[in-house]
Amino acid sequence: MNAAAVVHWSEGGQQVVSDATGVFGLTWLLIALPLLGAVVLLLGGRRTNSFGPLLATALVGVAFLLGLVQFLQMVGEPAADRSFAQSLFTWAPIGDFSVDVGFQLDPLSMAFVLLVTFVGGLVHVYSLGYMANDPDRRRFFGYLNLFVASMLLLVLASNYVLVYVGWEGVGLASYLLIGFWNAKAEYATAAKKAFVMNRVGDIGMSLAIMLMVTTFGTTAFSGVFSGVEQASSGVVLAMGLLLLLAATGKSAQLPLQAWLGDAMAGPTPVSALIHAATMVTAGVYLIVRSNPIFDLSDGARLAVVLVGVLTLLFGAFVGTAKDDIKKALAASTMSQIGYMILAAGLGPAGYAFAIFHLLTHGFFKAGLFLGAGSVMHGMDDEVNMRRYGGLRKAMPITFITFFVGYLAIIGIPPFAGFFSKDKIIEAALADNVWLGVAAILGAGITAFYMSRVVFMTFFGEQRWADDVHPHESPRSMTVPMVLLGIGSVVLGYVLYSGSRIVLWLEPVVGPEEEHELGIPVLAITAIIIAVTLVGVAIAYSMYLRKPVPVQAPLGTVVTRAARQDFYQDAFNESVFMRPGQYLTRFLVFFDNRVIDGFVNGSAALIGGGSARLRRWQTGFVRSYALSMLAGAVLVVGVLVLVRL
Amino acid sequence: MMPHLADGFTSPTFEYQLLAPMLIVFGGAIVGVLVEAFTPRGPRRTVQVALGLVTLVVAFVVLLAVTRPKLGDLAASGTVAIDGPAVFFQGTILVLALLSFLLFVERGVDSAGDAFTPSGATIPGSASERELVAARVSQTEVWPLALFSVGGMMLFVASNDLLTFFVALEVMSLPLYLLVGLARRRRLLSQEAALKYFLLGSFSSAFLLFGSAFLFGYSGSISFTGIYDSLSSGVGLDPLLLIGTGMVAIGLFFKVGAVPFHSWVPDVYQGAPTPVTAFMAAATKVAAFGAMLRIFYVALGDYDWNWRPMFWVVTILTIVVGSILAITQTDIKRMLAYSSVAQAGFILTGVTAASDSGLSSTMFYLVAYGFATIGAFALVTLVRDGTSEATHLSRWAGLGRRSPIIAAVLSLFLLSFAGIPLTSGFIGKFLVFEAAVNGGATPLVIVGAIFSAVAAFFYVRVIVLMYFSDPPDDAPSLALPGAATTLAVAVCAAGTVALGVVPGPVIDLAQEAAAFIR
Repeated sequence: MNAAAVVHWSEGGQQVVSDATGVFGLTWLLIALPLLGAVVLLLGGRRTNSFGPLLATALVGVAFLLGLVQFLQMVGEPAADRSFAQSLFTWAPIGDFSVDVGFQLDPLSMAFVLLVTFVGGLVHVYSLGYMANDPDRRRFFGYLNLFVASMLLLVLASNYVLVYVGWEGVGLASYLLIGFWNAKAEYATAAKKAFVMNRVGDIGMSLAIMLMVTTFGTTAFSGVFSGVEQASSGVVLAMGLLLLLAATGKSAQLPLQAWLGDAMAGPTPVSALIHAATMVTAGVYLIVRSNPIFDLSDGARLAVVLVGVLTLLFGAFVGTAKDDIKKALAASTMSQIGYMILAAGLGPAGYAFAIFHLLTHGFFKAGLFLGAGSVMHGMDDEVNMRRYGGLRKAMPITFITFFVGYLAIIGIPPFAGFFSKDKIIEAALADNVWLGVAAILGAGITAFYMSRVVFMTFFGEQRWADDVHPHESPRSMTVPMVLLGIGSVVLGYVLYSGSRIVLWLEPVVGPEEEHELGIPVLAITAIIIAVTLVGVAIAYSMYLRKPVPVQAPLGTVVTRAARQDFYQDAFNESVFMRPGQYLTRFLVFFDNRVIDGFVNGSAALIGGGSARLRRWQTGFVRSYALSMLAGAVLVVGVLVLVRL
Repeated sequence: MMPHLADGFTSPTFEYQLLAPMLIVFGGAIVGVLVEAFTPRGPRRTVQVALGLVTLVVAFVVLLAVTRPKLGDLAASGTVAIDGPAVFFQGTILVLALLSFLLFVERGVDSAGDAFTPSGATIPGSASERELVAARVSQTEVWPLALFSVGGMMLFVASNDLLTFFVALEVMSLPLYLLVGLARRRRLLSQEAALKYFLLGSFSSAFLLFGSAFLFGYSGSISFTGIYDSLSSGVGLDPLLLIGTGMVAIGLFFKVGAVPFHSWVPDVYQGAPTPVTAFMAAATKVAAFGAMLRIFYVALGDYDWNWRPMFWVVTILTIVVGSILAITQTDIKRMLAYSSVAQAGFILTGVTAASDSGLSSTMFYLVAYGFATIGAFALVTLVRDGTSEATHLSRWAGLGRRSPIIAAVLSLFLLSFAGIPLTSGFIGKFLVFEAAVNGGATPLVIVGAIFSAVAAFFYVRVIVLMYFSDPPDDAPSLALPGAATTLAVAVCAAGTVALGVVPGPVIDLAQEAAAFIR
């Protein structure tokens, strides 16, 4: 059942992938549990209304506990022996090519398993409160479980085809959840937009897979990564760029970033789990997982870096102009993932820090979103921050947890984001001064727009309407927020101290590359913090010193452009949609006249032939016997002809 | 023992462990005849049903437990070969027969009883028929007849000489001729079908027997091994060999329903009681292809460059004519009949490869095809106009709205026939096409792929009809399937999905088994 142990060499040395035994043999269960929940809830119908949501939550909880046990077991193994492969069965062996339904549990996927099941579990608990009054609660939890199962499949798969299955699975779950309230036409449109833009990226993934099949004859990680060194540089570059295209779609990076803001139409727990903590980071996972490919192609890495740095600035600028609290946070997510992509593009110097930032971001951004949801919950689903103000007294727990998340994201020591972002900026500086400068600038803008969010929401005077009565959320919502808040405080230091995260990921991504910095690390840290404080100070002078108008002021050209996401939709419309429509119109014309003509012609031929042939079926045995006789002549005739 | 016999006579040996499954089925059939004679009418049906099902299950268990570990030997003095393909096909036949028997059992869908007339001997519409219907009598000979047929099929796929081969063919076919004529509804149609099947079947048997005589004349041996040996020694009577090969092929082409020997298929499939149609379409086809593979791969194995072009022609004709004729059918049973003709063409593509992968891919395809076929015909029994089945396609419009489950499951089977991925049909088509390409039959595969698209049209047309048309005002009633039919459909549906999603184990099984012995 299990493939023999495979050895493949990564840059840092030998990584042994051994057969999954013991608790690691239960890896399939991690996926099976939430999948079971999704099946029960979605197929069980109304019968499961009463216990469905609790069941879904419990199943994710059990998956987390299983993941935790596996993690503890893995920590006990020597660093080189921490990868385990499990092959369930072979799907469609076709000649020499076959696709295994198999899993690979190694330090990288372990980190994702813990993140997905832990944050996922908390979001499930939070949703118990948040969605308490929604009549379609069961369907919501079914989709959430489907998402968790697909995401775990994505990170546990041992070959790219299976990754693709998970990749599409999370896309489907995301589509279903963004459009969860699809009675509203614009929400349904937002879901469709996300789906279509993701499809563009998915093309990259499927082309990359096809390229792997033709080049290596396999899509298994072990086969691809061991063969990549023999592949020509052009193929490796193409593979890297195609994988990057896939990553930009899923992770909302330039140029496929436009869907994320609209995706905020989904219920807020969804935004926290899928569109902040986990699914949108799948692109980062894909790049880091494919590190042997990117290690060999400077061109592909350069493209990754450019995408990352442009998106981090783009997202940050957009974030400064948004009045919708969720859209501001979405822009911030885009920007933070830009940091991760940037780090991943730096190669061995950055892989570990990309994942580091991904983990801390998963905690603080999920916490921020859950906080935003809690605010909306208490404010009758108002999302306009100009209608908030002074909420810290009405919602103390929400305020504290949100504030912790805020300190984490802007990178105030010793909160989690400080450690992870600091390392990325250092690595960027070491690579190229301008990259570093852009990253530092991004940190300053981050501080500005996040301070703006916090000041407009929790400080200043009350600006809400008279019939709104802000109140603290129920325990089921605040407890997950508090837990995520704790994570936002401690996770950074825990993973940073003793280079824990770097050593943990070393078997997968190779050892961290030492880099030379012209100036001492402490000085860089001081500069980053100074820039951050400047950002906070500007926000303070603009949004706390001065009253915030309920009506948004017209603003400068730049502000208006940022509000419109720098006209990304208009751009997509004029560059892709319109020409696309013309192209389809032409194709439809061509299809109708030329292809349909041919198809209809042959269909008419076949149909006519059918009607004619039918006449042979007279119902008389004598004519049937005659046709058999004719057949006999034919058969013997052909046999004789062959011999002549 | 008389001394003068001892010189020229060796007493035949019987390897009972290898023959046990067949002996069990034949034994069950004979006991069934005795039950028919000696059991009072009251419990007779119950006894026959139990006997039939138990016989098949026991035979299957014995096949797996006793015969399979010992396979790879000639038995009964070399007349029967119990090798991998024989056991694989015998197991397939037993499973498909068991599923068909579940449909035979069903009495819930027709208010008057099971699918068979109370007495085949009465004149349709006569007073005595009405009397027997009122008394709720059933024609229980159906069970021993079907068992004999199953036994014949099992022998057919294992027979290793021309005589056993012919006897097995007749043991398999004769009960079928009778079963076809026993429909409860539309009896005249059913009797006409039975007579047609019998006449044309006799005609084809004559061809086969004639061909056997020629092969014997060529090689001086009736055993497949002997024919193979004489081919390699080259005795130089090629016209005999040529005619023999052609005539034997004709007999088998008739049984699998290949064009131009297919004319009986639509008439008989339509006229026969639907459970019998399911049984014929699935199990008979497996048996006939099993026998065809054996005689052409074993006896004529080194002669393939001679018979393959002829197979090419028949294969192309079968795929093209079957697919084209299916398009204009308006009766679902006839449509499925032509579809089975086209499917026979796709299976022939695998046979034409004349290689181990041709053998294993054909074996896989037959399993996939058998499940989907029985399932599809089982569903046909459920849609009814008053008392008879509503087989006209227009009556099936809008079924998706009225009975989503029946429509969805039928769609699954149709998609499998059409060869859509994630169903067994896709994997089956893929494997036979792959084998054919490797066997140098690329043009055949191109024709096959093009006409797969034509075939997809008439399969999908039914799906479109069920889901996107409004039901007629006097829509047919939907019978609630009893436990037996439900079980059969569920197994077929599960098989169709499982073979599409996780085909690995069965492919491995077929590849392991794909080795004939001589």
